[in-house]
Amino acid sequence: MSTVTTSIVTPDGPVLEADYEMVSCTAENGELGILPGHIPLVAPLKVSSVRLQIQGRTDYVAVSGGFLEVRPDRITILAQTAESAADIDVDRAEQAKNRAEKRLQDKQANLDQIRAEQALNRAINRLDVASHSR
Amino acid sequence: MASLRDIQSKINSTKKTKQITKAMQMVSASKLTRAEQNAKAFVPYSEKMQEVVSQIAASGDATHPMLQTRAVKKTGYLVITADRGLAGGYNNNVIREVYRTIQHQHASTDEYTVIAAGRFGRDFFKKNNLPIAKEIIGLPDQPDFADIKQIASEAVEMFLEEEIDELVLFYNHFNSAISQEVTSQKLLPLTDITPESGRSVQSMYEFEPDAEGILKVLLPQYAESLIYGALLDAKASEHAARMTAMRAATDNANERIDGLTLTFNRARQAAITQEISEIVGGAAALQS
Repeated sequence: MSTVTTSIVTPDGPVLEADYEMVSCTAENGELGILPGHIPLVAPLKVSSVRLQIQGRTDYVAVSGGFLEVRPDRITILAQTAESAADIDVDRAEQAKNRAEKRLQDKQANLDQIRAEQALNRAINRLDVASHSR
Repeated sequence: MASLRDIQSKINSTKKTKQITKAMQMVSASKLTRAEQNAKAFVPYSEKMQEVVSQIAASGDATHPMLQTRAVKKTGYLVITADRGLAGGYNNNVIREVYRTIQHQHASTDEYTVIAAGRFGRDFFKKNNLPIAKEIIGLPDQPDFADIKQIASEAVEMFLEEEIDELVLFYNHFNSAISQEVTSQKLLPLTDITPESGRSVQSMYEFEPDAEGILKVLLPQYAESLIYGALLDAKASEHAARMTAMRAATDNANERIDGLTLTFNRARQAAITQEISEIVGGAAALQS
């Protein structure tokens, strides 16, 4: 089966670069599955997991604040943070989740509320992705 | 002339100072290497970001507030300094440049506001009663994107909410280990996005949902990444400046030790000569 070179890049450096048969991710308005030879496309991604498939194996990467750039021979995901399943510190994600939940319950100013929600989203996403590595 | 013991103690204390400055020089040198690596790791992200943003912006029909110049009622200055001194002119150069610009451009404090990253800048602006909108101190020597994310997105938000009408960055640009220069960069509005000629037509993208929707997500991220890039640059400069300053301090200490040792030997010799002449004088007095 043909493959497409996929790289995930963050400001702190590249996270992953390898060939995959299919890349699925959650864009702002729905799920996207990209196969090799896709037409050029740009789409912003939700805080979500990116699933990369090769030879029956699936790799999971948690991304936040990112977007997807597709060319026929190349997929690039630019994200503000990206962690592959094995790299996620479950304890830290768990703590971040609890913290965010607590802040949400406090019901303070509006802006903090939104931030806490975003933080909670990210933490849940990371926990979700991490669960696939076990 | 100072006594032998005075000179000796001066030599010893200078030697101790030298040990410290030398250690700091080496610490800064290794931090500089790390900072350069960080800056290098950031390059793929920023290049790709620039490429995509410029292509979308160049496609023409999409507009976004961050791309449009509006009448400037209030300017935001994002000033990156260090938290610590002992770095030669590193902090002062930036602060002086910002202060001069502000004095030159603005008549009243309503026309500008400062976003201070780094303790030195913050303390200076506070002391001089300049308006500080946001501040961040205690940035680590090797900052992650997460460290700067919040203040970067707040700065971008200020622009979007029209609290400020332009955002100017001031920081030390890293030329080389021995040369850093103060740079001011107009960050917002993003006016200088043009694709590099030659490769612009290479790919026309499909946009999901549409170009405007993407710009809305992408441009703030792009601006944030530019701020992060400037921070990495500034950190590399900081370590380089500190390294150079500490090397100069070590050299000075060496020079001073040499000078003091010379004085010490002269004083010792003078004392010996005096002793001999006293003995000789005493013996001559006995003989006569």
